[in-house]
Amino acid sequence: MSHALGFATSGIKAAGIRNAEPDNYLTHETSLASWLLTTDHKRIAILYAISITFFFFMGGAAAALMRINLLTPDGAIVAPETYNRLFTWHGVVMVWFFLVPSIPVTLGNFIVPLMLGARDLAFPKINLMSWYLFMIGGTLTTAALFWGGLDTGWTFYTPLSSTYAKGHVVLAAFGIIMAGFSSIATGLNFIISIHRLRAPGMTFYRMPIFLWSIYSASVIYVLATPVLAMLLILLSFETFFRVGIFDPALGGDPLLFQHLFWFYSHPAVYIMILPGMGVVSEIIPAFSRKQLFGYKFVAWCSVSIAVIGFFVWTHHMFVAGVSVFSAIVFSLTSFAVAVPSAIKVFNWIGTMHKGYIHFDAPMIYALGFIALFTIGGLTGLWLATLAADVHLHDTYFVIAHFHFIMVGGMVSAYFAGLHYWWPKITGRMYPEMWGRLAALIIFFGFMLTFAPQFMLGYYGMPRRYATYPPEFQVLNVLSSAGAGVLAVGYLLPLGYLVWSLFRGARAPDNPWGATGLEWQTRSPPPVENFATTPVVTKGPYAYPTPAAVAARTT
Amino acid sequence: MSEAQLHFQYEDLEHQSDTALDGMWLFLAQEVLFFGALFFAWMLNRHFHPLGYHRAAQQTDLLIGSINTVLLITSSAVYAAGVGFIRLDDRRRLVQCCVITALLGLAFLGFKGLEWHEDLAKHMNPGRYFGLSGADAGGAQLFWVFYWVATVLHGVHMAVGIGLVAWLLHRVCKGAYSAAWHTPVEVVGLYWSFVDVVWLVLYPLIYLVGRAG
Repeated sequence: MSHALGFATSGIKAAGIRNAEPDNYLTHETSLASWLLTTDHKRIAILYAISITFFFFMGGAAAALMRINLLTPDGAIVAPETYNRLFTWHGVVMVWFFLVPSIPVTLGNFIVPLMLGARDLAFPKINLMSWYLFMIGGTLTTAALFWGGLDTGWTFYTPLSSTYAKGHVVLAAFGIIMAGFSSIATGLNFIISIHRLRAPGMTFYRMPIFLWSIYSASVIYVLATPVLAMLLILLSFETFFRVGIFDPALGGDPLLFQHLFWFYSHPAVYIMILPGMGVVSEIIPAFSRKQLFGYKFVAWCSVSIAVIGFFVWTHHMFVAGVSVFSAIVFSLTSFAVAVPSAIKVFNWIGTMHKGYIHFDAPMIYALGFIALFTIGGLTGLWLATLAADVHLHDTYFVIAHFHFIMVGGMVSAYFAGLHYWWPKITGRMYPEMWGRLAALIIFFGFMLTFAPQFMLGYYGMPRRYATYPPEFQVLNVLSSAGAGVLAVGYLLPLGYLVWSLFRGARAPDNPWGATGLEWQTRSPPPVENFATTPVVTKGPYAYPTPAAVAARTT
Repeated sequence: MSEAQLHFQYEDLEHQSDTALDGMWLFLAQEVLFFGALFFAWMLNRHFHPLGYHRAAQQTDLLIGSINTVLLITSSAVYAAGVGFIRLDDRRRLVQCCVITALLGLAFLGFKGLEWHEDLAKHMNPGRYFGLSGADAGGAQLFWVFYWVATVLHGVHMAVGIGLVAWLLHRVCKGAYSAAWHTPVEVVGLYWSFVDVVWLVLYPLIYLVGRAG
């Protein structure tokens, strides 16, 4: 390991300890037990990061097999029954074990206390407990997937998941319930910490947007997840005792299942996207060297997305036999939730306008987020339109729409945040050229994978089929080729980020010249985060105003 | 002498205490949604199957249900008195209150077990061996599905509550709490009262609605 300390800007280091790193959260204790029993939010973030990376590649493997199968119209490699298990596997793992936890449990756990100027979250032991719940849930669900798998799709619609269930629905459901409790614990911790642990002077309007976003997502964690838990308990009861709660053949009501499922699962979409919006709202000002445009609008848009997001769920059920009146109401609310999302996009663009834009890797990922999220969001309006949805429902158009939000948006934002805070988390710089290259490969690989799916869906190819009519082959082959490019894009960061842990240049405390309390402490931070509790005297994005910059340059 | 421990992320004990109470309130908000989903499904199905629910309600044991309601309300009152006593620094009375609360809770679970035993004897277990037949049997069976899910989940919450009160008792006896520091006593009290409130919704749903007429 090279000790190229010339890179470090730390002026506080005495000459005598030039070769010794100051004690930080990584070096403070090194035993395995000190990691597995840690209550340090920074270490728990690392535990989570390793876990969700594993689940990401597990879910990705299933997607790769699906895309290979769809290379030929009659299914290239697997039987239709196996294909059903693959897309269920992909959906269950990606939703509950990667996307829902993703940014909050990793970057959120690490950065939220630092941004607040706090020493830890409010309830560190509950934070550790949430990781164990997550791992228990992950183990149970993985066991169900390996032990014959499920063919219900990630939505577990009844009676397919109860009366006609093949595979271990109850086991998988209990894994998801455990992961849900872990989400609730995490969300509760964030909400209480943001209310109670802000540094002196840190008013709500001086909080970075990342905190507003995490707060909004946490409200959904806490208030939507318990409904899913109860739903899966009832589903398990129906499956186990063969009684009709949801199965119409036994006297149950299948629409009740769908209503309760989407009461959780639609807000859960905003759990997935809000933290990503928070990350982007940090990165755009930092790499434009400009204040965030319309701070209060962006802040309150996060909250309104969380609130309105609770009242749109029936748009998943327009063709399921709900009344026309309720369909019209939910169509309108679905249009309404697009308004705050659009305001955010305009404000990010407004922030960049006349800014000094630096195209470092986090910024390229963030720009990719804006482009892909905008496409995903606008196509959502097609699906919220009653007449259009009748045609597009359950086609590849839906698949493309939500992958633009979840993968194009959320995963890009996750990588953006990971690169942005990597120097803070690890104390090392990632290789910049590789970072930019991977960001571009992911963007173009993503477009090639999912843009053809919009066309496939528009032409009428339904989702969840292992085979298709021959006229769809060209677009399917394009999509599968894109998936190959995307796979390279996702494997690259795994390689160069791990490399940078050992060979990367030492990171200074604030490599981006960014505002925010997390940049005022050392990289990596000491165990107690701050030597003295910081006092906040100004807003979160105190970059020079355009007028001040103009005065300096003319 | 109390042994309040200030955790390093808080400024002082009051800060820590307020935060813990906030945390429990938010946890209970989450519980409202958890049980709320169940109550919603319960009432929706009552709307679809009024006759079946009516028939099923006749099979419930009103006496045991009423005794249990009295036991639970009394336990919450006693516990609330205990919180009052520790605010006055009366540790001996808090110990007494905790013992009575835990015993009332155990008595509740005992009666509940007796009632479950009766229900099984009457074949009120949904599924292939369900005891009622005829046109309304489907709706009646749904009533009993919700009965079992609700009472078992409530019983689990009760067991957790009794465990928490027992843990408090252990801590009080070691002199952990005083007028100056007794936040855990208040936090557990919030939880105990909430479990009580859940029962106050379950009691009419199970035993009262559909019994008359």
